[in-house]
Amino acid sequence: MDVMPKWAEVILVPLISLILAAIISALVILAIGEDPIAAVKLMVSGALGSTYGWGYTLYYATNFMFTGLAVAVAFHARLFNIGGEGQAALGGLGVALACLYIPWPHWSLALLGAIAMAALFGAFWAAIPAYLQARRGSHIVITTIMFNFIAASLLNYILVNVLRPTGSMDPATARFPEATQLPTLHEVLAPFGISFSKAAPANITLLVAVLACVLVWVLIWRTRLGYELRAYGHSQSAAKYAGISPFKITMVTMIISGGLAGLMAINNVMGEAERLVLNAVEGAGFIGIAVALMGRSHPFGVFIAAILFGFLYQGGAELALWTSIPRELIVVIQALVILFTGALDNMVRMPLERMFLAVRRARAPKPERKPIEPAE
Amino acid sequence: MDFLTLIQLLDSTVRLATPLLLACLAGLFSERAGIFDIGLEGKMLAAAFFSAAIASVTGSVWLGLLAGIAASMLLSGLHGVASITFRGNQLISGVAINFLAAGLTVLIAQSWFQQGGRTPSLMGGGRFTPITLPFADAVADVPFIGPIYAELISGHSILVYMAFAAVPLTWFILFRTRFGLRLRAVGENPAAVDTAGVSVVGLRYAAIAICGVLCGIAGAYLSTALQAGFVKDMSAGRGYIALAALIFAKWRPWYALYATLLFGLFGALETRPDVITALTGMRVQGQLLGALPYIMTVIILAGFVGRATPPRAGGDPYVKER
Repeated sequence: MDVMPKWAEVILVPLISLILAAIISALVILAIGEDPIAAVKLMVSGALGSTYGWGYTLYYATNFMFTGLAVAVAFHARLFNIGGEGQAALGGLGVALACLYIPWPHWSLALLGAIAMAALFGAFWAAIPAYLQARRGSHIVITTIMFNFIAASLLNYILVNVLRPTGSMDPATARFPEATQLPTLHEVLAPFGISFSKAAPANITLLVAVLACVLVWVLIWRTRLGYELRAYGHSQSAAKYAGISPFKITMVTMIISGGLAGLMAINNVMGEAERLVLNAVEGAGFIGIAVALMGRSHPFGVFIAAILFGFLYQGGAELALWTSIPRELIVVIQALVILFTGALDNMVRMPLERMFLAVRRARAPKPERKPIEPAE
Repeated sequence: MDFLTLIQLLDSTVRLATPLLLACLAGLFSERAGIFDIGLEGKMLAAAFFSAAIASVTGSVWLGLLAGIAASMLLSGLHGVASITFRGNQLISGVAINFLAAGLTVLIAQSWFQQGGRTPSLMGGGRFTPITLPFADAVADVPFIGPIYAELISGHSILVYMAFAAVPLTWFILFRTRFGLRLRAVGENPAAVDTAGVSVVGLRYAAIAICGVLCGIAGAYLSTALQAGFVKDMSAGRGYIALAALIFAKWRPWYALYATLLFGLFGALETRPDVITALTGMRVQGQLLGALPYIMTVIILAGFVGRATPPRAGGDPYVKER
């Protein structure tokens, strides 16, 4: 029997964690001699005050939805995929190859092709650690960390030695052809009479990300595979007893997870930069961890948390532009969110559980009149 | 490749291996007690910043070292509260610590020094200077042994010698003392330790405190000995390489020395592409050498070369039976 009602579990615990993270962030801003309230105002106006700000917020949010979903799917099978960074980098390579070497007639076909390649490359990069965990027993967290570094070296090598156009000094690919350019939100929304900032990088990939959220929800709660995946996450021995193959679940989960992380490249490589540059992922793979933890591994939670982090990211950039608060404030906030919603979860949960238990005891009828079941 | 180049290469191997070795031994204590620690990177970074900051303000590198150790131990304490007291996920806590250090160091550096997230360059007493061992100058001209003693063994900062001395010390503590036996037991079977009437929580806190001290020295070495001052993200993945070395060393102190020396050699070779070309007769990509520690760790972990078995209770919070 759960001690807490569902709403407390889903809303109250993350909310309190978030408030704790916010309070400490405010203290940090105070400590470096800035005004936290002015900072929040600036962040809100910079990230949400104009369609330009929204365009950046949603662009970042799109990245974080993919990486957040990637971590969340793996969490359901109790696998910690810390390699989103590397998988997204490989996804970028897939997108670059698709865009550079296939003559696409129209962006919609290019988008489909790029989706396939990004997912394939990301999934491949997650499949190796998954195989090593399932068959050779190596710890997936360590292997995925190592694969992040190997991916960084690999991309560095490929960009410098293979894909760099001759005569260019910049370690990046050539610009993708015109036909692969994705429509921005400005172009998507214009037919509906909504004028959206032209300069902002948010693009049609946002819709792909929302679709991915829905599909992940269907996968986890409405399919047999999703059931097996959650069962495996709850109890490996019970799942094994029920005839669920640990090898299959580990492989499939990580392949889906890696594919989702890889899909991020559609947004940042194809949608924004329109070429593959060095270190294109910029830590979004790690932010996925914070997003998944805050979203309680639920696709809708991930969606909300991704938008929140998109806001923080864009707001943080505005802060760095207009005040002396460096961009790294976002990294601190991200760390605090991971700390409170992830590692210190029990610190928030235990007092709440005690509170709800006390409330329930006070409400429960007297034991001598009607025997109640012992609480678990 | 001539003899002098080899000495130079080994000399920089030693210098690059030192922070790895200290961090690796730090991780060894923690993981042997059953606490996974991917926060080595963050602790080193925090220590690097606070060492450089305090050393530049006070002009005393020793005060800097103490500040670095204190910062690193504070983060260790946070890791302990999250993963021992509140039984949270140790991996997630480690990730949080890495980001916390990455963000806070730049934020505080900017607020204190206004130099774009770095500390002023350290001069004079603000740095650990090389120590010339006795008779180094006298024997420098002796063929073969002279250069080895004068160039390779002598002329490092005190922290390098401390790091190398930490290896037998760690071995002694872990394998020849009562504390070490209990510490290893707590990483294998905490319930048994608890039954024997020894505090699991106390032992684990002791282990991460030692881990904090060693990470603190590693970080201080980065900013006050290897380089003169703190720059943003200066730990540059060394914490993760140390983690890789720890697995490579199969959680044993002497192997940790060999593993970190090997990874230090890769680092030294990365900066000397001419040597690699001379040795192998072909151009080896620097990126490949950079990735080699990670690739080797994956292979070792997968059990293709020997078997690396981590402490059995690693990663599990201990819940006392009632």
